Amino acid sequence: MKQWQNFSKGFIKDNPVFALFLGLCPTLAVTTSAYNGLGMGLATTFVLVMSNLVVSIIKNLIPAKVRIPTFIVVIASFVTMVEMLTEAFVPDLYEQLGIFIPLIVVNCLVLGRSEAFASKNDIVSSIIDGLGMGLGFAMALTVLGAVREILGSGSLTLIPELLEFTLYEGDGMLVFVLAPGAFIALGYLIMLADKLKQKMY
Amino acid sequence: MDYLIIVIGAVFVNNIVLNRFLGICPFIGVSSKVETAIGMTGAVAFVMTLATIITYLLQNYILIPFGITFMQTITFILIIASLVQLVEIILKKVSPPMYQALGIFLPLITTNCAILGVAILAVQNNYNLLESVVFGLANAIGFGLALIIFAGIREHLEFMNVPKAMKGVPIAFVVAGLLSLAFMGFSGIV
Repeated sequence: MKQWQNFSKGFIKDNPVFALFLGLCPTLAVTTSAYNGLGMGLATTFVLVMSNLVVSIIKNLIPAKVRIPTFIVVIASFVTMVEMLTEAFVPDLYEQLGIFIPLIVVNCLVLGRSEAFASKNDIVSSIIDGLGMGLGFAMALTVLGAVREILGSGSLTLIPELLEFTLYEGDGMLVFVLAPGAFIALGYLIMLADKLKQKMY
Repeated sequence: MDYLIIVIGAVFVNNIVLNRFLGICPFIGVSSKVETAIGMTGAVAFVMTLATIITYLLQNYILIPFGITFMQTITFILIIASLVQLVEIILKKVSPPMYQALGIFLPLITTNCAILGVAILAVQNNYNLLESVVFGLANAIGFGLALIIFAGIREHLEFMNVPKAMKGVPIAFVVAGLLSLAFMGFSGIV
């Protein structure tokens, strides 16, 4: 039961984007479509789970003073792996996400979980925490991506050519695909998520 | 002329915060007062310019000659982390009130994606050393401009009659969206 709470807190209660406001740069930048949001979310989830795992293993070996640099090096190694893997296997996504893949290393969410959770808890809890938080982040990005894509271009792409829907023909509200729409859509989604949270807890 | 284009491009057209979405955390976090916004801008400007210079040298004299460009992310972030530490030590000595005001946000510059982002963008755009410096400084100015305007708006927003559900962060995002919309008027200049 405790582990289930540990896992599920990332979705609504402590959602990284809607409740904690962490990792906002990739959230706003890559969510021009639901697919990009999902891809970014899953890449971050991988880094988060792996860095949580390693940090919780080595937590007793690191002197407190150099813990932040140590965490950053651990995270940066996994980010480099993700960078190489996406370039090799999903080159179109790599192209779309561009500079934001190396920037996972400075995502406050990843460092935040290492510092606040993995450095104080056992290995299993840390993995579950990373998975829950990562999937919560992926969910937030996919929802934001879907909203922007539907309003902006009238389509919804979860996986290109496999799960692709056209909802209406013609021009959507272009502003939602551009930069200002990201801020405005996120503002309204945070408000809705807050209402939902108040209803549930 | 090239330098002027880089400056206008970085400050107005592709504003680092409002158009490229880098450095959103401090943009939302320290923007409730104009004074702290200015302090944050100073710290970011210093770290960003230095980081761009050092990462340029690192990329062109170490990573490329030895064929280890895949180490870019790790080495760049370590350089930035040490620079931030340096700024923190200097600020603590030279201006304790400023150090107090910036508090938690100074170490957070390490994870300010604007710094690493600008360093990587300068490398990707194949700028030479002087262009990289100008690019770093111009982006810091762009960051400061967006941050200070936004802080000014938020100071006024405190007294506005905002719908209850939108109070705090949601309305801040909508305002940021409108500010970004205003900056879109600059697109096409360069």
